[in-house]
Amino acid sequence: MRATQLLHQITASCTRPWTLMEVCGGQTHALLRHGIDQLLPDAISLIHGPGCPVCVTACERIDQALALASRPEVILCSFGDMLRVPGSTSLNLLAVRAAGGDVRVVYSPLDVLAIAQQHPKRLVVFFAVGFETTAPTTALLAQQALAAQLTNLALLVCHVRIAPVLEVLLADPHCRVDGILAAGNVCAVVGQQEYVGIAKRYRRPIVVTGFEADDLLEGILSCVLQLERGNHAVENAYQGVANDNGNGAAQAHIASVFSVIDTNWRGLGVIPAGGFGLRPPYDVLAVKGQAPQERNLEPPRDACISGQVLQGLARPTACPSFGSACTPETPLGAPMVSSEGACAAYYRYRP
Amino acid sequence: MICPTNAAEPVIQLGHGGGGKLSQQLIQELLVPAFGPKDGLLHDAALLPAIEGQLAFTTDSYVVNPLIFPGGDIGRLAVIGSVNDLAMAGAIPVALSLGLILEEGLAMAVLETVVASIQSAAAECGVAVVTGDTKVVERGKGDGLFINTSAVGQVAPGLTIHPRAVREGDAVLVSGDLGRHGIAILAARGRLGFQAPLVSDLAPLLGPVQTLLAAGLQPHCLRDLTRGGLASAIDEIARSAGHWIELEDGAIPVAPSVRGACDLLGFDPIALANEGRMVVILPAGEAPAALAVLRAFEPSAARIGTVIQPFGAVATRFGTDHRGQPRNPVSLRSALGVKRPLEVGLGELLPRIC
Repeated sequence: MRATQLLHQITASCTRPWTLMEVCGGQTHALLRHGIDQLLPDAISLIHGPGCPVCVTACERIDQALALASRPEVILCSFGDMLRVPGSTSLNLLAVRAAGGDVRVVYSPLDVLAIAQQHPKRLVVFFAVGFETTAPTTALLAQQALAAQLTNLALLVCHVRIAPVLEVLLADPHCRVDGILAAGNVCAVVGQQEYVGIAKRYRRPIVVTGFEADDLLEGILSCVLQLERGNHAVENAYQGVANDNGNGAAQAHIASVFSVIDTNWRGLGVIPAGGFGLRPPYDVLAVKGQAPQERNLEPPRDACISGQVLQGLARPTACPSFGSACTPETPLGAPMVSSEGACAAYYRYRP
Repeated sequence: MICPTNAAEPVIQLGHGGGGKLSQQLIQELLVPAFGPKDGLLHDAALLPAIEGQLAFTTDSYVVNPLIFPGGDIGRLAVIGSVNDLAMAGAIPVALSLGLILEEGLAMAVLETVVASIQSAAAECGVAVVTGDTKVVERGKGDGLFINTSAVGQVAPGLTIHPRAVREGDAVLVSGDLGRHGIAILAARGRLGFQAPLVSDLAPLLGPVQTLLAAGLQPHCLRDLTRGGLASAIDEIARSAGHWIELEDGAIPVAPSVRGACDLLGFDPIALANEGRMVVILPAGEAPAALAVLRAFEPSAARIGTVIQPFGAVATRFGTDHRGQPRNPVSLRSALGVKRPLEVGLGELLPRIC
C-alpha cells in the first residue's frame, strides 16, 4: 500500500524532531480522519494552521450578518458552514432563522443572483466568506449583479487571503513551525508565487499538498526531506491539480472586483493585506454601514483558547473547555463549529 | 377533469377538502378508482381479516422537496417507507392507511402522478390501501403535499428481530451502497451547481428480508437506513443492544459519484439519507450466505463490521455522555488501521465553504 510505504520512508528519513504546520482545515480533518497524526514517527509534530474560513471570520462581521438577517426586508444568503457560528453572543444564524429571519443556504454565490431576481422587493445579501477558493465566484456574482443592474443585491464581504497570515505567523519569534504544508485547493487558484517569497524570507520549506491520505503523506515526506537537507524551497506534491501559476481567469476576476485590504481575523487580530474589499465600481454592492476600518471587538474569553489554536500555539485538547463546556452543540469558539475547524476535528476524531 | 373547467391548469382548491361536491369528486374520480373496495362502497373503518401470530404496526409521515425526484416520488416513498419499517421486524404487510394533506394550488397532475405511484408501489409490495383521509390546507401552509401512511403486518411465529437480540461476534452488513437518495434529492433541488447522474436508492426491502428468512438465516437485528443514514442507525442499534460495534471504513460501499459529491460539499456519505438500504446484523457464520442473498438484489451489498463486547465488558472508549453512557459506541477503523469514533451528525447537513 502506497500510504504504508510513504510512512516507512518518512520514518527512515527523519533524524531529528520537526514541527510541520498544515495550513488548511480540510488538511487537518483528513490527517485526523485517516489517523496519520498517530502513525507518523514521534519526531514529527503537526500543528494546525489558521486555514478555516468560518473560524477566522471576524466576530463583528457575524454580528452584522445576524443583524441583517433579523430585518424583515432582508434575505441573507450564506454558505451552510456559517449558520452555526456564534457572534459576540451565543446567537447564530440558525437561531435567527428559527425566530423568523429569512436565512438561505446557498451552494454557489451565483445562486444569489437568481434569488435577487426572484425577489425584487427584498434586499438580498450574500455573506461572502472564504479564502481565495471562493473569492473568484463572489467576484463573478458582483460582475453579473452590476451587469444586470440589480439594485437589491448587496455583499457582506469577508474574504481573506492565506499568504499574509502565514507571513504574520512565521514572523513571530515564538513560531515553532519548521515547515509548511500548503493547501492544494488555494494554490490551484492563486499559484505559488507568493509562497516562493515567504519560503525564502523565513527560510522554511513550503510543500503544496492534496487532501487524500497519500497526498498528505507525499507532502510530509517532501517537507521532511527538505528539512533534513537544510533546504527551504516551494515544492508541489499535488501536481495533478495545482499548477505553479494557478488559475489565471480566477485571478483576473479577483483583481477586477477586489482590492487587498487589512482585515481583522477572528482570534488573530488585524492581518496587514489579509483580506479583500470591493473596489470601484463594485463597491456600490457593499452592505451599507460596513465599517471600512476594522477593529477587534471580541471580548477575550478565558474559557476559550481558539486564538492560540488558530495560531498553532496550542492544541485543541489543551483548552480547559474542550469537550466539556465546549462541544459542537454548544461551541464557545468558531473552531469547534466549523466542519473545517481544528477543535471540531479533535472532538470528532480524538475525543 | 376533476377541477372546475374555468381553471387553466387544474389545481387543488380549498373546496377539495371541504366535504362538499369538490371533495366527493376528488374521492370518487381519483382515490376510489385507485384504492377503493371492489364494490365501491365506502365505510368509516376498514375491516381486516383475523391475523395469526404477532401484529406489527408502524406509522411514518413523509415530507420531501421536490415531490417528484429521480428514482421516485413522495407517493412511492410513503408506501415503501412504511412497508420497509414492517419488514425490519420480519413482518409481511397486511394493510396500509393513507393520509393526504394537500396544499391549495397543488397541480392536479402532480397529485394524479403521486396517486398512481402509490397504487403501483402498493401492488409491488403486495399490500392494499384500506383506509384514508384527505385534507387541504391554505396556500403557503404546506409544501405542496404531505403524506402519512400507517401499516400493519404479520410476523411469522417464533421470529424475534430486535436490537436486544444482537450478540458479541455478530457480523454487520449493509444491503447496498450508501447516500444515493440524499445526493439525488439535493441534485433534484438544482442547488448543487452540478448534475449528479444519480437516482434515489428508494426500493422495497421486503423481498431481501423475506429471502433471508426463507433461506433459513437468522438475522438478530434489521434496520432500514433513512434520514441520518448509517451513522444514526448503527449508533442507535449499538446503544439499544448495549454492545460496542466496530466498522471498517474502507469496507463501507459508496458509489464514486456520491463520494465525489460528498468530497465537494464536506458531507459524510454515512450520514446521508437512504430509502432502500438496511443494516443486517446476524451470526458471523451466516454472513457469507446472507451476502449472497443481498447481492442478488443489490450487488454492492457488503459486510462492514463486527459487534464487539457488551458495554460493561471493556473500559469505555472515547468518554461517556451526561447519562454515563458511552459517547461513541461505534468506532471506524481507517484503511491505515487507526480507530476513530463514529459521530452522529447534528441533524441538518450544512455544506461547507471550500
